Amino acid sequence: MLRYTIRRLVQGVITVWFIATTTFVAMHMVPGDPLTSERATTVEIRRNLEERYGLDRPIFEQYVIYVGNMARGDFGISFTQQNRRVNDIIREHFPISATLGILAITFAAFGGILWGALTALYRNQLPDVAIMFLVILAISVPSFVLAALGQITLVNINAGLGVTVLPVAGWGTVQHMIVPSLVLGLGTMAFLTRLMRSSMLEIMNADFIRTARAKGLPPTRIFLKHQLRNAALPVVTVLGPAIAAITTGGFVVELVFAIPGLGRYFVQAVQQLDYTVIMGTTVFYGAFLVVMVIIVDLVYGLVDARVRMA
Amino acid sequence: MGEIENPANTVSRTAIKQVLWLSVVATVGFVLLMGLLSWASDLTGGGPRTLSGIDANTGTVTLVLAQEPPQLDSTRATDQVSGMILGHVMEGLLRYDEHQRLEAAVAERWDLRETGATFWLREDALWSDGQPVTAHDFVFAWQTALDPATASEYAFILYPLKNAEAINTGQSPRNQLGARAISDRVLEVELERPTSHFSKLVAFPTYFPLREDFYRSRDGRYGSDAVDLLYNGPFQMVRWVHGAHVRLEKNPYYWDAERIRINVLDMPYITSDTTAAVNLFKQGAIATTGLDAEALDNALKLRWNIKRYQDGSVFYLDFNFRPERITSNYSLRKALELINDPSELVYKVIKIPGYQPGVSLFPAWLNGVNGLFRQEYPPPTTRPNVEEARRYLALAKQELGVDAIPPLVLLTGDSPFSNKHAEYYQNLVMQTLGLEVKIDKQIFKQRLAKMTSGDFDLVAAGWGPDFDDPLTFADLYASWNQNNRGLYKNPELDRLVRVAQNSIDPKTRMDAFGEIQNILYEDVVLLHNYERGIVYVQDPRLRGVIRRAVGTDPDYTNAFIIDTP
Amino acid sequence: MSTAPLSFDPADFEPVAVERKTQTMSRPSLSYWQDAWRRLKANRRALISLYIVVALALFTLGGPLVWTVDPATQDLDQVSQPPGLPPTAVIVTPYQPWAGVTATLPAQNAGVAKEATAAIRLAEPATTQAVRIAWDPVVSAAGYRVYRNVYSPEPDRALGLPLAEVFNPEQVSFEDRLDLRPGRYWYSIVLLDASGGEATQYTTLQVEVARVTSAEEAVVFGWVDDAATLQPGDALELPYHPLGTDYLGRDMLARLMYGARVSLLIGIVAPLLFVVAGIAYGSAAGFIGGRLDQGMMRFADFVVALPFLLFMILFKIAFGIGPGESGIMPMLVALVILGWPATARLVRGQILQIREEGYIAASQLLGAKTSYLIMRHMIPNTMGVILVTLTFAVPSVIFTEAFLSFIGMGVAPPIPSWGSMCNEGIRTMLSHPHELIFPALFISVTVLAFNLLGDGMRDALDVRMRGRE
Repeated sequence: MLRYTIRRLVQGVITVWFIATTTFVAMHMVPGDPLTSERATTVEIRRNLEERYGLDRPIFEQYVIYVGNMARGDFGISFTQQNRRVNDIIREHFPISATLGILAITFAAFGGILWGALTALYRNQLPDVAIMFLVILAISVPSFVLAALGQITLVNINAGLGVTVLPVAGWGTVQHMIVPSLVLGLGTMAFLTRLMRSSMLEIMNADFIRTARAKGLPPTRIFLKHQLRNAALPVVTVLGPAIAAITTGGFVVELVFAIPGLGRYFVQAVQQLDYTVIMGTTVFYGAFLVVMVIIVDLVYGLVDARVRMA
Repeated sequence: MGEIENPANTVSRTAIKQVLWLSVVATVGFVLLMGLLSWASDLTGGGPRTLSGIDANTGTVTLVLAQEPPQLDSTRATDQVSGMILGHVMEGLLRYDEHQRLEAAVAERWDLRETGATFWLREDALWSDGQPVTAHDFVFAWQTALDPATASEYAFILYPLKNAEAINTGQSPRNQLGARAISDRVLEVELERPTSHFSKLVAFPTYFPLREDFYRSRDGRYGSDAVDLLYNGPFQMVRWVHGAHVRLEKNPYYWDAERIRINVLDMPYITSDTTAAVNLFKQGAIATTGLDAEALDNALKLRWNIKRYQDGSVFYLDFNFRPERITSNYSLRKALELINDPSELVYKVIKIPGYQPGVSLFPAWLNGVNGLFRQEYPPPTTRPNVEEARRYLALAKQELGVDAIPPLVLLTGDSPFSNKHAEYYQNLVMQTLGLEVKIDKQIFKQRLAKMTSGDFDLVAAGWGPDFDDPLTFADLYASWNQNNRGLYKNPELDRLVRVAQNSIDPKTRMDAFGEIQNILYEDVVLLHNYERGIVYVQDPRLRGVIRRAVGTDPDYTNAFIIDTP
Repeated sequence: MSTAPLSFDPADFEPVAVERKTQTMSRPSLSYWQDAWRRLKANRRALISLYIVVALALFTLGGPLVWTVDPATQDLDQVSQPPGLPPTAVIVTPYQPWAGVTATLPAQNAGVAKEATAAIRLAEPATTQAVRIAWDPVVSAAGYRVYRNVYSPEPDRALGLPLAEVFNPEQVSFEDRLDLRPGRYWYSIVLLDASGGEATQYTTLQVEVARVTSAEEAVVFGWVDDAATLQPGDALELPYHPLGTDYLGRDMLARLMYGARVSLLIGIVAPLLFVVAGIAYGSAAGFIGGRLDQGMMRFADFVVALPFLLFMILFKIAFGIGPGESGIMPMLVALVILGWPATARLVRGQILQIREEGYIAASQLLGAKTSYLIMRHMIPNTMGVILVTLTFAVPSVIFTEAFLSFIGMGVAPPIPSWGSMCNEGIRTMLSHPHELIFPALFISVTVLAFNLLGDGMRDALDVRMRGRE
């Protein structure tokens, strides 16, 4: 398994390199550049700015310099957040997004498995119908609405009870984390619910379950050791990339709840065409994703012994 | 499904119990996870200290910032948030009082002449490390701002100084600047040409002082963090967690410290979402917030004390005057002007009190010779007239030699507000003139690129004043101005701008501005939209906050907290 | 029991003729797909989803034929109108600018206290065209500020919206045209001193605003053909908007119908395309395994990690979409490219599990080709996962399309789509919820239809239920 992991890591590095190169090329092909602003600048100032940021050199030279720096772990300085190194941006904001993301995924995973199992076991009865109704509602509404609704509900609860139960926005304490991560994880939770339900329904009528029952195994053990485990594979497949996506892309939730996470830098960087931040965040996300996918593939083998990876 | 039902039921029921057990375990696990995260988050810095917008005991005011300031180097700052923070932590030679009059700041007296000025600095103006503020600090700051290597976007505001433009374009070394420190306390300024509004410029952040030894010791990182800044203003920055938290506390070294009655300005929330800010205000977590149109209904229901002020900026639609563009035809522009009804736009579409229908490039708050500019020089206006517009349209078709006007491209941004605005115009033009307007929505940088390359027929544009003089608006359409993206060229307008720049007689200058206003009207250079106003709410216990069109906005240096509203 | 001897004869020992008794088929033999189809037709959930789909199709295609209102026409007098009955307006003369009321100040009166208030009155009847108020001048005032509220300012001095300041003490009138709606307003006047500070006292006037329009407006909007038929004082019924109007006064029902076209087209075609692509890709990678699997999956990771927004901008340019034109093709391409990796990964995971099953080995031994294995055995067993993905893809695609249109990459205004209507409705969520509720409702219904269809298909295709009822 170690050899397999190392092989996968090497592949991962190559993948990330491809990602970086493609993004670099695309970035320079898009019209506009990080130095134009609402107030037009004189030709001289423009030239000075280009020189300071190294944008006056030929593209290929810029690329080589950039890759060299990247290999040393230096992602450069942001164009819009002047004097701030991209490494610092990622280092300061990623832990916040990660905390939010992990919490969201935890909610989503536990909730998804729980609700999914419930709907499968109570098929076509009240719990099933109620949960399915909520799931459909949750995904038919854009994430902005969910976040805004969450915040407004909080305000009303706090106002109604006369005391601040949970803070409405901001970051710093545990209370600040609860509602934003719930909102963030809701979409994934809905998806996992459906997935669990579907897998469970298939498994419930499988032959080996019948065998287990015939053998007299306690129903609880059947549920945990056999049904859940077999139904978990698609859940694991989804969770890996979902962790990466949620941790780096909770833009809407971060905006509405004033959370200083990394998500807003992803979006703003493209809007402002901040070359260094675009590259830094994209490479970081790519690396994170690659690692998560490797972990997922390794977990496959743990969850289902029949799956061989090599 | 049939025969397995019964045994499966038993399986299911017990499984349910197990599932419920699992959820209990999960909840306990959550609580433990929360505790762990709480401990971990304490390592990365806590959050807002007080959960209330106003704390009378500690003299703290909690606010929200719309965005993270990119950096706080006063020679390079360009955006509004940086300007507001700089206006609180630093001070220039002069500053504005609550009646928008210039008063002494670091300079305790000054003498303005036609071609120069002298400033006498006060003895007790200190930096936050105890050192005195000297004339040399100002000279160094101005030279640095003009230095081509600094590449400051606001260097142009220093151009009235002698040799400033030459230094900025690299033709002169920086020590040739017409500003000299005669002594530590006396600053001598030479102007390039007579500039009557120079005193108003001096209050602008780019003119703030900079201490040379400190600047050099930061090794190029001056302005990036709280430790990389030195303060001579009413407040000092004690905390700057990027993207998360800015905290200002009263500066004990400030020479006028008794005037400052607020102790702490805490900004632990940074978000551009107005609804989030309104929710924070509802919660009582912040002291003030702006309101957008949708929040107004709620604000009325909650019986808030709503205020408004003109933020000074003007918005309009620019034409493209390049010869190959159809909007270079006068009759077509006239037709579009005759259907343009800014009051309908403001009263029925935008619906925010404080927005005034646009009538002129020069907003209403500008001062003229003795009173308001627009009262002394009333702008010519046309009332919307659909029949006449159609006549001009027919005339345009004739002049251009076409049977039908091709679709017009309206370049606009990607915010919901600009979308609403553009859709309104699209429908208006279609309904009255039968012309098709294509809305070209572009994200920020692509929009700028298209504006610079002239890839539009109409573009939604606006301008905020840099200083308190009509010149900041008047030179927008001068042929040498880079911001003149439509490439409008009128030698007479250019001449008038030069007259206003070079003369110091107020009457001559204002006459020139009045003439420019007429030219802009006669030549249909732009389509007026509105003058923006801001509607906001404020905690009734907070008094003395100054809102301005030009200058530090909002200004808490005169603010104070009362116990009961 | 009788003990009569058994009597046999040689005929008894003749060999019995072979009986060929064939099994009679009670019904024809069904293949897997035929069985699935039969069960699907009988499934109640699938039936409901079919009804919903048919209803949506009728709404989209037949709706505009019945409800012929133009979705782009802006009725600025009925902005953000909630669903209800059509309002009636009284005809008046068209709007003319008002000169206002000026008054010479009374002679200096030392007895007038600073707290003196100014009596307000209506200069003309209040209509939605303009509300004109005038008041008595007060000597000590440097100016006046006019407030307007939809609630009474008593008792806590909640004056409402500050409409204007008048700094000329002789100017004692104000014309309000800001967002006038029929109903009740409270106008308040507060005196200002020289530095702009407000007095504590104020006077209030309660005003009932009547809805009006002018004959000329009626002609411009096409409500009547000839202005001469309308005289001031007549009542005119304004156009009816059964589901209300949006933030620019456009009819919601018409926008929903036209929006259905874009949303349903994108929302059905795009998920189908990328799910099919994902299935093909994922099953090939999962089944073949080894190096090819690794390479294919790394490519999928590569696609996911690329910054979406950046490439959308490039796509738009690459496809040569002009300014202000709708870019349906680049949007479809982008949505497919965005969506297939997730499906591919899911399918691959399932395949990895399934290919170890016994019946696969058995089938291979019987000589089955790879494509047959995938199509006949593996894909039906991954149907559960695939259908869930499809169900979730629909709203996700609709909202991604809304986001793209919002930043200029999708459909150009004024073409509506349900997703962008939701985005626009978010802004007025609290004050005019109908702008958000209706498009969200339609999206929910569509998702529900797919959900039920997915459930039904899953039941139909479940191998273990084959042959049962």
